[in-house]
Amino acid sequence: MSGMYIICLSGEREKLQFAAMAASVAAVSGTDVHIFLSMNAFPYFVKGHSKEAPAEGKLGEVMAERKVPPFYQIFEQAVELGDAKIWACSMAMDVLGVKEDGMEEIVAGPLGLTKFLSDAENGQILTF
Amino acid sequence: MSERVVDARGSFCPGPLMELISNMKMMQVGDTLELLSTDAGSAADVPEWIKKVGHEMVDTEQDGEGTWHIRVRKAK
Repeated sequence: MSGMYIICLSGEREKLQFAAMAASVAAVSGTDVHIFLSMNAFPYFVKGHSKEAPAEGKLGEVMAERKVPPFYQIFEQAVELGDAKIWACSMAMDVLGVKEDGMEEIVAGPLGLTKFLSDAENGQILTF
Repeated sequence: MSERVVDARGSFCPGPLMELISNMKMMQVGDTLELLSTDAGSAADVPEWIKKVGHEMVDTEQDGEGTWHIRVRKAK
Protein backbone atom coordinates (compact mmCIF):
# COMPACT_ATOMS: atom_id res chain seq x y z
CA MET A 1 0.00 0.00 0.00
CA SER A 2 1.50 3.32 -1.04
CA GLY A 3 -0.20 6.65 -0.55
CA MET A 4 -3.73 7.81 0.10
CA TYR A 5 -5.93 8.80 -2.84
CA ILE A 6 -9.05 10.73 -1.92
CA ILE A 7 -11.86 11.27 -4.41
CA CYS A 8 -14.13 14.18 -3.44
CA LEU A 9 -17.49 14.21 -5.21
CA SER A 10 -20.05 15.45 -2.69
CA GLY A 11 -20.75 19.12 -2.17
CA GLU A 12 -22.11 18.51 1.33
CA ARG A 13 -20.32 19.96 4.34
CA GLU A 14 -19.96 16.72 6.28
CA LYS A 15 -18.27 14.82 3.46
CA LEU A 16 -15.98 17.69 2.49
CA GLN A 17 -15.09 18.11 6.15
CA PHE A 18 -14.14 14.49 6.66
CA ALA A 19 -12.25 14.31 3.37
CA ALA A 20 -10.22 17.33 4.48
CA MET A 21 -9.63 15.81 7.93
CA ALA A 22 -8.43 12.50 6.49
CA ALA A 23 -6.23 14.30 3.95
CA SER A 24 -4.60 16.62 6.44
CA VAL A 25 -3.97 14.12 9.21
CA ALA A 26 -2.56 11.54 6.79
CA ALA A 27 -0.42 14.13 5.01
CA VAL A 28 1.15 15.57 8.16
CA SER A 29 1.84 12.02 9.35
CA GLY A 30 4.07 11.30 6.37
CA THR A 31 1.60 9.71 3.94
CA ASP A 32 1.69 10.75 0.30
CA VAL A 33 -1.80 12.22 -0.19
CA HIS A 34 -3.56 13.05 -3.45
CA ILE A 35 -7.07 14.50 -3.67
CA PHE A 36 -9.17 14.39 -6.83
CA LEU A 37 -11.99 16.94 -7.12
CA SER A 38 -15.00 16.35 -9.30
CA MET A 39 -18.80 16.65 -9.43
CA ASN A 40 -20.33 18.84 -6.69
CA ALA A 41 -17.11 19.10 -4.67
CA PHE A 42 -15.33 20.75 -7.58
CA PRO A 43 -16.87 24.27 -7.57
CA TYR A 44 -15.60 25.09 -4.04
CA PHE A 45 -12.08 25.12 -5.48
CA VAL A 46 -12.90 27.54 -8.29
CA LYS A 47 -11.71 31.10 -7.64
CA GLY A 48 -14.50 33.32 -6.37
CA HIS A 49 -16.83 30.48 -5.40
CA SER A 50 -18.22 30.33 -1.86
CA LYS A 51 -16.35 28.03 0.54
CA GLU A 52 -19.53 27.43 2.57
CA ALA A 53 -21.09 24.05 1.87
CA PRO A 54 -24.66 23.17 2.90
CA ALA A 55 -25.10 20.71 5.75
CA GLU A 56 -26.58 17.33 4.99
CA GLY A 57 -27.76 16.74 8.54
CA LYS A 58 -27.60 17.68 12.20
CA LEU A 59 -23.85 17.26 12.69
CA GLY A 60 -23.10 19.53 9.76
CA GLU A 61 -25.41 22.18 11.20
CA VAL A 62 -23.79 21.97 14.63
CA MET A 63 -20.29 22.10 13.12
CA ALA A 64 -21.16 25.45 11.59
CA GLU A 65 -22.31 26.80 14.95
CA ARG A 66 -19.28 25.55 16.89
CA LYS A 67 -15.60 26.37 16.42
CA VAL A 68 -14.91 23.53 13.98
CA PRO A 69 -12.22 24.49 11.45
CA PRO A 70 -13.87 24.99 8.02
CA PHE A 71 -13.13 22.30 5.44
CA TYR A 72 -11.38 24.65 3.04
CA GLN A 73 -8.93 25.75 5.74
CA ILE A 74 -8.17 22.10 6.55
CA PHE A 75 -7.46 21.38 2.88
CA GLU A 76 -5.11 24.38 2.86
CA GLN A 77 -3.30 22.94 5.88
CA ALA A 78 -3.04 19.54 4.18
CA VAL A 79 -1.24 21.24 1.30
CA GLU A 80 0.87 23.68 3.32
CA LEU A 81 1.84 21.46 6.24
CA GLY A 82 1.70 18.00 4.69
CA ASP A 83 2.46 18.65 1.02
CA ALA A 84 -0.79 17.02 -0.10
CA LYS A 85 -1.65 17.47 -3.77
CA ILE A 86 -5.14 18.56 -4.85
CA TRP A 87 -6.06 17.79 -8.45
CA ALA A 88 -8.93 19.22 -10.45
CA CYS A 89 -10.88 16.77 -12.61
CA SER A 90 -10.23 17.77 -16.21
CA MET A 91 -13.74 16.67 -17.19
CA ALA A 92 -15.31 18.98 -14.58
CA MET A 93 -13.13 21.84 -15.82
CA ASP A 94 -14.28 21.23 -19.39
CA VAL A 95 -17.96 20.96 -18.44
CA LEU A 96 -17.90 24.18 -16.41
CA GLY A 97 -15.56 25.97 -18.78
CA VAL A 98 -12.97 26.62 -16.07
CA LYS A 99 -9.34 27.15 -17.09
CA GLU A 100 -6.35 26.20 -14.93
CA ASP A 101 -5.83 29.80 -13.80
CA GLY A 102 -9.45 29.86 -12.65
CA MET A 103 -8.75 27.29 -9.95
CA GLU A 104 -7.66 28.27 -6.44
CA GLU A 105 -3.95 28.35 -5.66
CA ILE A 106 -4.13 25.22 -3.49
CA VAL A 107 -5.04 23.17 -6.56
CA ALA A 108 -1.92 21.60 -8.08
CA GLY A 109 -3.42 21.41 -11.55
CA PRO A 110 -5.80 19.53 -13.82
CA LEU A 111 -5.76 15.76 -13.94
CA GLY A 112 -7.68 13.07 -15.80
CA LEU A 113 -9.40 10.23 -14.01
CA THR A 114 -7.37 7.63 -15.89
CA LYS A 115 -4.07 9.05 -14.65
CA PHE A 116 -5.39 9.44 -11.11
CA LEU A 117 -6.60 5.85 -10.93
CA SER A 118 -3.37 4.62 -12.48
CA ASP A 119 -1.33 6.48 -9.83
CA ALA A 120 -3.65 5.11 -7.14
CA GLU A 121 -3.25 1.50 -8.21
CA ASN A 122 -1.11 0.52 -5.23
CA GLY A 123 -2.54 3.03 -2.81
CA GLN A 124 -5.58 3.39 -0.61
CA ILE A 125 -8.60 5.01 -2.28
CA LEU A 126 -11.21 6.84 -0.19
CA THR A 127 -14.30 8.35 -1.78
CA PHE A 128 -16.43 11.09 -0.26
CA MET B 1 16.24 26.33 23.76
CA SER B 2 12.94 28.15 23.73
CA GLU B 3 9.45 27.33 24.95
CA ARG B 4 6.22 28.42 23.37
CA VAL B 5 2.58 28.07 24.31
CA VAL B 6 -0.06 27.47 21.66
CA ASP B 7 -3.63 28.16 22.78
CA ALA B 8 -6.00 25.96 20.77
CA ARG B 9 -8.77 25.95 23.36
CA GLY B 10 -12.23 25.85 21.80
CA SER B 11 -11.00 24.32 18.54
CA PHE B 12 -11.97 20.85 17.36
CA CYS B 13 -10.10 18.05 15.60
CA PRO B 14 -7.88 18.45 13.65
CA GLY B 15 -7.46 22.14 14.58
CA PRO B 16 -5.22 21.68 17.67
CA LEU B 17 -2.96 19.20 15.84
CA MET B 18 -2.61 21.53 12.86
CA GLU B 19 -1.80 24.49 15.11
CA LEU B 20 0.83 22.39 16.87
CA ILE B 21 2.41 21.31 13.58
CA SER B 22 2.49 24.78 12.05
CA ASN B 23 4.23 26.05 15.20
CA MET B 24 6.67 23.13 15.35
CA LYS B 25 7.80 23.92 11.82
CA MET B 26 9.08 27.27 13.10
CA MET B 27 10.88 25.76 16.12
CA GLN B 28 14.45 24.54 16.52
CA VAL B 29 15.39 21.00 17.54
CA GLY B 30 15.26 20.80 21.33
CA ASP B 31 12.63 23.54 21.68
CA THR B 32 9.51 22.69 23.63
CA LEU B 33 5.87 23.58 23.06
CA GLU B 34 2.86 23.46 25.34
CA LEU B 35 -0.44 22.98 23.52
CA LEU B 36 -3.60 24.04 25.35
CA SER B 37 -6.67 22.17 24.14
CA THR B 38 -10.20 21.53 25.34
CA ASP B 39 -10.69 18.78 22.73
CA ALA B 40 -10.36 15.36 24.36
CA GLY B 41 -9.78 13.67 21.00
CA SER B 42 -6.77 15.86 20.37
CA ALA B 43 -5.37 14.98 23.79
CA ALA B 44 -5.15 11.41 22.53
CA ASP B 45 -4.27 12.15 18.91
CA VAL B 46 -1.43 14.60 19.45
CA PRO B 47 0.75 12.12 21.42
CA GLU B 48 0.02 9.55 18.70
CA TRP B 49 1.25 11.96 16.01
CA ILE B 50 4.32 12.92 18.05
CA LYS B 51 5.22 9.23 18.42
CA LYS B 52 4.61 8.47 14.74
CA VAL B 53 6.78 11.25 13.36
CA GLY B 54 9.57 10.86 15.94
CA HIS B 55 9.28 13.88 18.23
CA GLU B 56 9.21 13.60 22.01
CA MET B 57 6.31 13.78 24.45
CA VAL B 58 7.20 15.60 27.65
CA ASP B 59 3.92 15.17 29.52
CA THR B 60 0.16 15.57 29.32
CA GLU B 61 -2.19 16.70 32.05
CA GLN B 62 -5.70 18.05 32.37
CA ASP B 63 -6.28 20.98 34.72
CA GLY B 64 -9.30 21.59 36.93
CA GLU B 65 -11.06 23.59 34.22
CA GLY B 66 -10.86 20.76 31.69
CA THR B 67 -8.01 22.13 29.58
CA TRP B 68 -5.41 19.65 28.40
CA HIS B 69 -1.78 20.78 28.65
CA ILE B 70 0.21 18.74 26.14
CA ARG B 71 3.95 19.38 26.28
CA VAL B 72 6.18 18.19 23.46
CA ARG B 73 9.81 18.61 22.40
CA LYS B 74 10.98 18.91 18.80
CA ALA B 75 13.43 16.07 18.29
CA LYS B 76 14.45 16.38 14.65
